[in-house]
Amino acid sequence: MTPATREPQQAANEETAPSIRAAAAMTRRGRSFTKDNVVKAMFIVPAAIYIILFFGYPVVKNLLMSVQEYTTKTFFTGEAPFVGIENYLTVVNSNLFWPSIVNTALFTIGSIAGQFVIGLALAVFFKRRFPLSGFLRAMLLLPWLLPLIVASATWRSILDKDSGILNQFLTGIGLDAVPWLTSPSVALTAVIIVNIWIGIPFNVTILYGGLQDIPDELYEAGSLDGATGWKAFWHITVPNLRPVVSVVLVLGVVYTLKVLDIILGLTNGGPANATQTLAIRSYQESFVNFEFGVGAAFSNILIVISLVFAVIYLRANRRAVDE
Amino acid sequence: MRHRRYLTVLAAAAVVPIALSGCSGGSSGSSGDPDTLTILDYYNNEPDKTLVQEALDTCAADLGVTIDRESVPGKDLIQKVLQRSSSKTLPDVLMLDNPDVQEIAATGGLSPLSNYDVDTEGFADGIIEAATYEGELFGLAPAVNTLGLFYNVDLLEEAGIDPPETWAELKDAAAALTDGDQYGIAFSAIATYEGAWQFLPFMWTNGGDETDLDTPEVQEALQLWVDLVDDGSASNSVLNWSQADVKDQFAAGKAAMMVNGPWQIPALNETDISWDSVQVPVNEAAQTPVAPLGGEVWTVPETGDKDKQAKAAEFVECISSDDNQLALSESRYLVPTRTALAEEFVEKMPEMASFTEQVANARSRTGQLGEDWPEAATVIYNAIQLAITGKAPVDEAFSQASEG
Repeated sequence: MTPATREPQQAANEETAPSIRAAAAMTRRGRSFTKDNVVKAMFIVPAAIYIILFFGYPVVKNLLMSVQEYTTKTFFTGEAPFVGIENYLTVVNSNLFWPSIVNTALFTIGSIAGQFVIGLALAVFFKRRFPLSGFLRAMLLLPWLLPLIVASATWRSILDKDSGILNQFLTGIGLDAVPWLTSPSVALTAVIIVNIWIGIPFNVTILYGGLQDIPDELYEAGSLDGATGWKAFWHITVPNLRPVVSVVLVLGVVYTLKVLDIILGLTNGGPANATQTLAIRSYQESFVNFEFGVGAAFSNILIVISLVFAVIYLRANRRAVDE
Repeated sequence: MRHRRYLTVLAAAAVVPIALSGCSGGSSGSSGDPDTLTILDYYNNEPDKTLVQEALDTCAADLGVTIDRESVPGKDLIQKVLQRSSSKTLPDVLMLDNPDVQEIAATGGLSPLSNYDVDTEGFADGIIEAATYEGELFGLAPAVNTLGLFYNVDLLEEAGIDPPETWAELKDAAAALTDGDQYGIAFSAIATYEGAWQFLPFMWTNGGDETDLDTPEVQEALQLWVDLVDDGSASNSVLNWSQADVKDQFAAGKAAMMVNGPWQIPALNETDISWDSVQVPVNEAAQTPVAPLGGEVWTVPETGDKDKQAKAAEFVECISSDDNQLALSESRYLVPTRTALAEEFVEKMPEMASFTEQVANARSRTGQLGEDWPEAATVIYNAIQLAITGKAPVDEAFSQASEG
């Protein structure tokens, strides 16, 4: 669940606490607390409506679509015959299913590893104050501010084999030109590189915030005991940053699993299906082939995978609270 | 207190979308005014937007109706049409890309033109085929496009090469014209329907057919593309080039020839490249070049309002009238669909001669397979990608691609 939906519930809980006390006070005087119950319910209603409308309905609809033969005809006639698990069988038996699972895994692991390592390095770097550090840190947010479609179009021209600036640079320093987006063996790497670039601001921002929360006294005390440099990083920074790290990683995984626009903009799943992921398969089945049922089946598989990570996140969080 | 205000805002925010969705239904779709026709198309870029508007205004004045036009980006049109058909708010007049007509007609969302008194005589066979589903004609196109071979006149003259007419000549010319960072030829082999569309002239001209892709004729066409890339006469970036990218390469002087359509002519005329075009080369001298037909068809959706549908049918007929065909073809570099207009048109627009000839023999993509065409197109572009990347040999590419 995203932070945006958790907040209202928390707010509602905090809000009801005083009214429970008021209710208890009223019970002593008489049994007229129905109005109070209504008030309590009213606090939940907005959040409930929001969740049912914008989370519940799409999820249920998607589950339904995945067991129906849902095609272009359905939109006009409203008829979508029930086909059971046939769509799921189509998905699992398609030649692209396992390659797209592998690609999704490689894409996610590669992106997260790159984003996190570079993000953490930059966050630690910017913890020191130096001239222009504030300005440079703001500039780091730039990839986040660009519309993804613009970013992918720009990267597409940068990575172009013949006239792309990256290959011009590589041949300039005496290396061979790399067919970034046209060779099945490097295209996935190229797409991961671009996604790392896009994900760095998110990682830097959250990790930088986490670093700010580590009290300076710890480092001062550590340095008296001889913990400086790498030692300070391993024994003070890393343990204190752990809760933030788990947030960054889990959210990162969930965001990366569903990446669509960057891949569509860069390679459209090609060359020779080398960059097909579950998200791309789902999009192409639904909006290119108009097999909405099969597309829904693909996206449900994706949702289940995301859900696993969401559960890991929630459990890790609960453990942190218990501790 | 702070929390309470926050919640009030949240409650209000939760109600807003519900309120909004409540009133959005009435504003679009067939409007209540009997003399207003709603129109949906995908000409959302200039100059096409204005040029088409002129044609629509002419017809609106002729029929004494007012029009309420909406233009959406091309890739969003089908989604928009599907949304509107489920909410029963289809427009009175709907433009569709010709390979989509049968798919939409199959949903039952379009009204056959035989219900109305519409003159459908004299149109090129290909475009009638594209707009026909189960024996009924569902729309008319005023003007169409196709593919041809553009060449850079200066570069060919310098090298002393005549525009190629056969595949062998094409390969030789492309090899001879490749020099440094200039490639002999550019085409689009991208993993979308665009890649399949660009392959069709070679496949069809050689006698290949989309009903059976595992034939020597189709494989020979694929071999030609693979050879062009393997020889280095075409960049392997063709795998990721859209037709617009191909035009950019040609316009930048990085490709001496390109496979492309006449809709690129306005952009080419803005560059200082001197270009000309010929029909797509054939494998053997006796063959006739057969290219795919592109362009948009105007249809009458089933809106439930019989009087308006009749008016919309008149409107569709008017868009495809002789005068409109010529006007649109001239301004947008298309080819009129009434074959009788060809001669007059080429006289006025000599640069469109090869495309006009190409259109006369052109085929529609959905002529044979109808609503199953997208599936075949997917197999075609996947096979092209497999073969050019070397992931599969040419003779196995199609069977491998068809396995999904």
